Amino acid sequence: MSKEEKKPGWKELPPGAVVTEPGSSRKYKTGDWRAFRPVVESDKCVNCLLCWVYCPDAAIVRNEKGVEINYDYCKGCGICAKECPRLAIKMMEEKK
Amino acid sequence: MTTVCMTGDEAVAYAVKQGKVDVVAAYPITPQTIMVERFSKYVADGEVKTEYVCVESEHSAMSACVGSSLTGARVFTATSSQGLALMHEMLYIASGLRCPIVMGVANRALSAPINIHGDQSDMMGSRDSGWVQIYAENAQEAYDWTLQAFKIAEDEKVQLPVSVNLDGFIISHCVEGVNTLEDTSVENMLQTRKPMFSIDFDKPVTIGALCFTDYYYEFKRQQVEAMRNAHSVLDRVCKEFKDASGRSYGVLDAFGMDDADAAIICLGSTAGTAREVARQMRMQGKKVGVVKLWLYRPFPVEEITAVFKNVKAVAVLDKAVSFGAQYGALGSDVISALYKDGVEPKPKVFNIIFGLGGRDIQPSDLEGVFNQALEVAESGVVKEETVFLGVRE
Repeated sequence: MSKEEKKPGWKELPPGAVVTEPGSSRKYKTGDWRAFRPVVESDKCVNCLLCWVYCPDAAIVRNEKGVEINYDYCKGCGICAKECPRLAIKMMEEKK
Repeated sequence: MTTVCMTGDEAVAYAVKQGKVDVVAAYPITPQTIMVERFSKYVADGEVKTEYVCVESEHSAMSACVGSSLTGARVFTATSSQGLALMHEMLYIASGLRCPIVMGVANRALSAPINIHGDQSDMMGSRDSGWVQIYAENAQEAYDWTLQAFKIAEDEKVQLPVSVNLDGFIISHCVEGVNTLEDTSVENMLQTRKPMFSIDFDKPVTIGALCFTDYYYEFKRQQVEAMRNAHSVLDRVCKEFKDASGRSYGVLDAFGMDDADAAIICLGSTAGTAREVARQMRMQGKKVGVVKLWLYRPFPVEEITAVFKNVKAVAVLDKAVSFGAQYGALGSDVISALYKDGVEPKPKVFNIIFGLGGRDIQPSDLEGVFNQALEVAESGVVKEETVFLGVRE
């Protein structure tokens, strides 16, 4: 869940942690697990797409210019930054 | 109503049969064996349509029970001692997923050293697993509570598993006359279970989802509430049961407590012996009383403080030991209840650990405990906070 959304209290939730809406895992935004955020420096990027290949969470999104990060689901593992041959991805500390 | 000669285990099996349980998944262990053995005979003889699942362990038994319960079925299992210990992981899954499973527990000591006889260490070891805990005094109560347990467990405000505890061998294997209800009477009382969710392809649900820091706590809070609700639901079920059977139950039974100076509180079969000793002592003019606690979880704090309102000394009997703690589990619970703000004057309380590994407790032992309690009542001084009754020095 994103940080802005108000979460329901215990009285509002279905008993026993039953999920009554099927296929809802997409709504569970895992991006807030992140301690470090990958930031793409687009002038260094040559669009080799190695980050896109290696990302275990499919959180690298291709666009017209090259790549961008889907921060809703990126858990900040840093594999993209490690694999980038152009050192075009920096891991920046998340600030609360 | 018919009186049938049955052991405690058989009485539980008979109640389960009358309760038209959909699924039983169980593994035999002494002294619970006869519960599932008798029940499997009912299945083999075609007396019930229950799906009887033979499993390879108690862990699997409880797992199968959880799965069955989640489909909306009425489910029963039974175990003892090491079997309950092996189920431990799944006990939390059953309560966390809000499965109203009913389990007969023939209480038995835990290894090591290995022992098959009765004490209450097994269920006390699973004290915080989120199961409602009821303790029966004899075969009649084991039968009556098993029927009531389904009604409490399956109530929409509870939806929690319930354990019906009976002292190993003393209740599980002793033959007594049990007054049984007619099948139709049980049928009227226990209607078909109405599950919160069931298997429905048009309305699929996810069960057993992951809940992290952001949701887990809320579901535990729900369980706390359901456990609290179990208390009032039990009171209501007991009233309904009285109408059907004429037998009266509640969270506790008080004997001689109107004017008692000293009292014993205990769980299970010991209460019967204590009552008889108290009756004889009262004839000699000694003001003693007995509180038999039927409902141990949720712990009925209000009723406990009310029943001890005018008593001067209380001996709390624990048939299990809590290593490293000052008192046994019941001792700690009673003392913390009495420490509640506004409970004045507080009686003097001491704790008796007894019966470990099935060591017998005799009327003379209990007379000694009553006399000790009367002494405390008179002097206002507890000389020994925890007494290990009957151990060789």
